[in-house]
Amino acid sequence: MEQQLYGIFLYGVFLLTMGGIYAVLTLGLNIQWGFTGLFNAGVAGFFAIGAYTTAIVTSAASERHLGGYGLPVAAGLVAAMVASAVIAWGVGRICIRLRADYLAIATLGIAEIFRLVLKNEVWATNGPRGISLIPKPFEHLPEPWNQVGMLLLVFAVVAVLYVLLERARRSPWGRVMAAIRENEAAARAAGKDVERLRIEAFVLGAALMGLGGALMAHHIKFIEPNAAEPVSATFLVWVMLVIGGAANNRGAVFGAILIWTIWSTAEILSARLPPEWAVKSAYLRIFLVGLALQIILQRFPGGIFRERRFRTAPSSSTREQPP
Amino acid sequence: MIEFLNFYLIPGLVLGSIYALGAIGVTLTFGILRFANFAHGETMTLGAFIALSLATFTGWHPFAVLPIAMALTALAVLGMDRLFFRPLRHGSTIILVIASFGLMLMVRSLVQLVWGAQLRSFGQGIDLPWVLFDALRIFPKHVTIVCAALVLMLAVHLLLSRTRAGKAMRAMADSPDLARLTGIDTERVIVTTWIVGAGLAAAAGVFLAYDTHVESQLGFKLLLPIFAAALLGGIGRPYGAMAGGLVIGLVEELSTYPWIGSEALVPPGYKTGVAFAIMVAILIWRPSGLFRGRVF
Amino acid sequence: MSAGAGATLGEEAGTPVLALEGVTGGYGGAEIIHEVSVRVGPGEIVVLIGPNGAGKSTVMNAVLGRLELSRGRVRLRGRDITGTAPDRVVRQGVCYVPQSANVFPNLSVNENLEMGAYIRRDDFRPRMREMYELFPPLAERRRTPAGNLSGGQRQMVAIAKALMVEPAVLLLDEPSAGLSPRFRADIFRVVREINAGGVPVLMVEQNARQALGIADRGYVLVDGRNRLDGSGAALLADPAVGAMFLGGRGDAAGTGGGGTAPGAAAP
Repeated sequence: MEQQLYGIFLYGVFLLTMGGIYAVLTLGLNIQWGFTGLFNAGVAGFFAIGAYTTAIVTSAASERHLGGYGLPVAAGLVAAMVASAVIAWGVGRICIRLRADYLAIATLGIAEIFRLVLKNEVWATNGPRGISLIPKPFEHLPEPWNQVGMLLLVFAVVAVLYVLLERARRSPWGRVMAAIRENEAAARAAGKDVERLRIEAFVLGAALMGLGGALMAHHIKFIEPNAAEPVSATFLVWVMLVIGGAANNRGAVFGAILIWTIWSTAEILSARLPPEWAVKSAYLRIFLVGLALQIILQRFPGGIFRERRFRTAPSSSTREQPP
Repeated sequence: MIEFLNFYLIPGLVLGSIYALGAIGVTLTFGILRFANFAHGETMTLGAFIALSLATFTGWHPFAVLPIAMALTALAVLGMDRLFFRPLRHGSTIILVIASFGLMLMVRSLVQLVWGAQLRSFGQGIDLPWVLFDALRIFPKHVTIVCAALVLMLAVHLLLSRTRAGKAMRAMADSPDLARLTGIDTERVIVTTWIVGAGLAAAAGVFLAYDTHVESQLGFKLLLPIFAAALLGGIGRPYGAMAGGLVIGLVEELSTYPWIGSEALVPPGYKTGVAFAIMVAILIWRPSGLFRGRVF
Repeated sequence: MSAGAGATLGEEAGTPVLALEGVTGGYGGAEIIHEVSVRVGPGEIVVLIGPNGAGKSTVMNAVLGRLELSRGRVRLRGRDITGTAPDRVVRQGVCYVPQSANVFPNLSVNENLEMGAYIRRDDFRPRMREMYELFPPLAERRRTPAGNLSGGQRQMVAIAKALMVEPAVLLLDEPSAGLSPRFRADIFRVVREINAGGVPVLMVEQNARQALGIADRGYVLVDGRNRLDGSGAALLADPAVGAMFLGGRGDAAGTGGGGTAPGAAAP
């Protein structure tokens, strides 16, 4: 009995850690979509860049892939953020002017190109087999403290990011971002360099996605190209943000943990089903999450936590009318 | 030379005509409903699986059940529009993109739930090629696919240029606001658009499945090349989409031909990336497409 | 639900075809027009003039149901159409030619006219022939995509397209904007010809002199309010109007393009 409870506890810690990592990704997407209105459909791509970067710089030497630099995990996390940010800067420079739909298509395409690179450049990434034995922080500690340590680390990261992002939101920078999203022409007329600010938001968001990817790589100690498949990362993160409430950091964190809890609880429950049904229930789970997204879009378009405005707009629901 | 024809040009034409059919639907929905429909790939998957079930059940040739599969797919898509797109029609179009993104995953998981995730095939036995001039090998299935695609494209042409409904579709793609001010029944145009787009998507899915196999990822693999084709042809321009589809299909296949030296120009592993790269390039440098479409 | 304007034109002279009664409204909570009243009687040409930003086009949008009205009524032949959706207003015979983007550029001239007749259930070909008689240059270019035509010819297509349903009232938003003087004169001649056939016209114009020249009555709008109204001739002769919109004396207003709207010149 005690053994079983302990097992559940460990599993719970593992899941919560995952939820925290998703919160990092969702906060990243919130900077791009929530605060700036940039439709990034390539979350998985930046996630993968972060994960692979840290895997390569921190893991032990291997003949199968690039690596053996043996840097500490902290350096890996920083490297992951930098790599994602640099690539996002390049992508942003060329794509940021695109209208939302086009940006969505372009980022999805770019994420697919990343995935092809990770799959095909076997010398660096070990191709489809992926990179394993990625070091995990605190893994030298005895059970359960290694798991708890990772959990605390992830939540510390989430807390720090939350505080910083809340500050950024209230800062002049954040207000300008909100202004651009509300009325781009007016912001431009006020002399704001809209393109540059958008790129800044895109890069910052991508850096957090890279960080999320890196944390995930360390947490599960393994990364492979299909981790960048849209189902597992991009879609879930979008659902988390939309349900939690776009443009609200609290909503982003809450949405991530809520959806992840539902997602993984459903997984635990379905694992108890006969094998034939277990597979089916995995599909059903995606279907239901998609359905939840649709219901939120139609019934609660602001998500659970609505955006907190600086001023009360006349009525945000009225559509723009032709002059 | 003959290898070029057999292994690059002909497959390129086949793939291109499949892309063309899919791209017409994307360009029409983008032009008329004003949003990029990410669920379009899944419509193809759905069409292919419906045809598979029909063909298995009746024992008929996949092309014989194609019209029924197209009709059923169109019906399903109309249902999706009613449930998921229509309630959001009056808000910002970007919410429709998110909804279509969600719908993409919903349809795929539903397909996996019903038909499973393993590869299936129409199982028409071995398709022996016709050999012309001792070297040129043409597979009958490729001929039927290209011919059927051409027939469908001709039908689209007649619809758009000869019928009131088709002209109203073009009018709305040109300017939805003016269409409304002209008294055009825009909801009806939207219904027609979904029917045409879904029917063609189902056909494209069936053709690809007939050429290769049916699987739940079929549509997603087609989605980006088809977006690329629609963008290349210019959004809202069905003829551009047809040309764009053909171009993307050909470029994808021809990119692996050893144009310089004896190595493939683009490593085969990156073949699918060619379409994405073209697409990103178009988005950046020529968002109106090669044939001057609309930019929204 | 087709127009059938011909049947109702003979109504008693007391009922205006179109009437805005004390309309106040705007977009997104910001009011642009205040207590504006405009009447178009049977067979009349009525012109709305005023400086830029006076709310002239907004009045059109009020008729079309594209404005949030906080007060006032819009009546079409006595029937209240306040707040009716644009497509339904159009189905009731209000035909509107926007200032720009008023043709389907990828559709041929013929197809544009055909779309203009979309709401007709009967045979529209006789009407199409009449349109080609009214606009001979279009007859030669039936198969040309409207987007490839010159500005003046595009404007003709736009008007012909609107007339395909034999409207109860024709709304023209700056039909002469951006046209060369020769085409501008053509457009005003055509408006008069259309009107001579019994179609009432409500027109917003920047070229006040020419527009008032063909108008039965005119309204001057300033800052979203009625400022003056009267017969076309009376307004033309009014020194206040002259100072505001006609560029003082001389004929600069008729040919000078943008020179007709010195918004700052209000007395």
